[in-house]
Amino acid sequence: MEHFNLALVDWSRAQFALTALYHWIFVPITLGTSFIIAIMETIYVKTGDEMWKRITKFWMTLFGINFAIGVATGIILEFEFGTNWSNYSWFVGDIFGAPLAIEGIMAFFMESTFIAIMFFGWNKVSKGFHLTSSWLVAIGSNLSALWILVANAWMQDPVGMHFNPDTARNEMVDFWQVLFSPTAINKFLHTISSAYTYSALFVIGISAWYLLKKRDVTFFKRSMVVGATFGLITSLFMILTGDESARQVFRVQPMKFAAMEGLYYGESNAPLVAIGLFESAPNPQNPKAKEWAAKIEIPNMLSYMAALNPHAFVPGIHDLVHGNKDQGIVSYYDRIARGKTAIQALADYKAAKKANDDEKATTSLATFNENYKDFGYGYYDDPHDLIPNVPLTFYSFHTMVGLGTLFVLIFILSLFYAVKNKITGKKWLLYIALWSIPLGFLAQEAGWMVAEFGRQPWVVQDYMPTLTAVSNIDHTSVMITVLLFTITFTVLLIAEIKIMLKQITGFKDGGH
Amino acid sequence: MVSIFKKIFLFYYEGFKGMTVGKKLWLIIIVKLFFMFAILKIFFFPDFLKTNFNSDAERGNYVIEQITSPINNN
Repeated sequence: MEHFNLALVDWSRAQFALTALYHWIFVPITLGTSFIIAIMETIYVKTGDEMWKRITKFWMTLFGINFAIGVATGIILEFEFGTNWSNYSWFVGDIFGAPLAIEGIMAFFMESTFIAIMFFGWNKVSKGFHLTSSWLVAIGSNLSALWILVANAWMQDPVGMHFNPDTARNEMVDFWQVLFSPTAINKFLHTISSAYTYSALFVIGISAWYLLKKRDVTFFKRSMVVGATFGLITSLFMILTGDESARQVFRVQPMKFAAMEGLYYGESNAPLVAIGLFESAPNPQNPKAKEWAAKIEIPNMLSYMAALNPHAFVPGIHDLVHGNKDQGIVSYYDRIARGKTAIQALADYKAAKKANDDEKATTSLATFNENYKDFGYGYYDDPHDLIPNVPLTFYSFHTMVGLGTLFVLIFILSLFYAVKNKITGKKWLLYIALWSIPLGFLAQEAGWMVAEFGRQPWVVQDYMPTLTAVSNIDHTSVMITVLLFTITFTVLLIAEIKIMLKQITGFKDGGH
Repeated sequence: MVSIFKKIFLFYYEGFKGMTVGKKLWLIIIVKLFFMFAILKIFFFPDFLKTNFNSDAERGNYVIEQITSPINNN
């Protein structure tokens, strides 16, 4: 491991993380507001009430600003695969490329065609056709998200592929297994429902600002009702899909699961740490394990969350590193040994093929296939290097869960008081709704950190660690791009916020 | 047939012409796309394997060498 250029790995990770972070500011709002707009327009078409048309147009403009700024930020991520992550891009082959290609085609044809009708088609096409276009924009943008999330899910839970030792590429053998793997389904449903929740916070937050200013009260009360209803449904769904996602992580990424809960030593009847704080000083007996400074636990809950059984055994970090014979858990020490055997066998196979030594090639290939499932472990000597950053994963996970629960409460209260026509008198709630917009973003980023930091050191779970995925390039150029991106993305973000704020604060309903 | 194309053209033409906030957004999109494709893609993001190797066989051999000889990967 000491032979890798860790500065290059770290800068490449920083660059990718920065790009993804900025990209994800815009994408979730696009995903959710597209549906909220379609719902508002449906109400307009059903009722014929012109105010609903104006409401739809107002939110459509904000959607348009967000869409325009967000569009194409994802292209930079695709550039980075080719430049900085070429070993990875080659290794994953068409499994990653195929969903991304479908995503690109689908995004282009569905969104770009129907978005034009959505914005330019008022009074030019029939109400029904316009409404259909609005729904198709929503469905199209969400289908785009499906493909990219399928690709990401495959990295966390690689299925439906076969590694070709001659080309060094994973080849897809079962497209449907890749598309419908439980990890892909959960990842898609949980990610989009959290995006919808964030979008609903965006709608109720802006509506709250108008209600606090007592401007266009009926207009924004109606927006509040749609946003809060949509948010309540999607946030409840988000909790359900999050619960199922946690079980999926327990099955396929037990180390990430242990890190999410800060569980060092596995146990049956495992309690869930609802709130916890790690000691900042290391444990003198075991400096690689973190101790709790304070925690509040719910008995048996972690076992139940992991396996729907309050008495189930949940392996901790120690069990995974050192193994647990009673529970049938193979140690990382053993997996490292198998991984090294697989790497050596692949090198021997290639050498034998080059020397036309068929017998040696056959035996090497058999050894490789036998040990391939632990291939990535072979790059490590110390199994402790296979543990993700536990405090970061734990705090991110608990921030996400805590905020997600708070959002449900905000939606319930907002909907209740808006329907009862008492929302304008509840200033405290309106302020909470307004400030829930940045909290929604924080929850989104925390969820992303759980998924991406929690799976480290893997870029493809068990097969390819992040450090072997990078291109052999000069890390100084990567460092420069990080700096360049920070400046560019920040300028663009400021421009978007300015345009968005101008549009929001300058609005006055022309219907009165 | 011609009138269909004309209608589509006019639909987009009038749509873009009637934009208010959209004009600023298009400017940002154009600047961003120019920045990405004319500067970043050319100077900072050449595709590593495509640029350095001529065939898929060479690329495959290089990646195998990289992932089986970590000692050379620095």
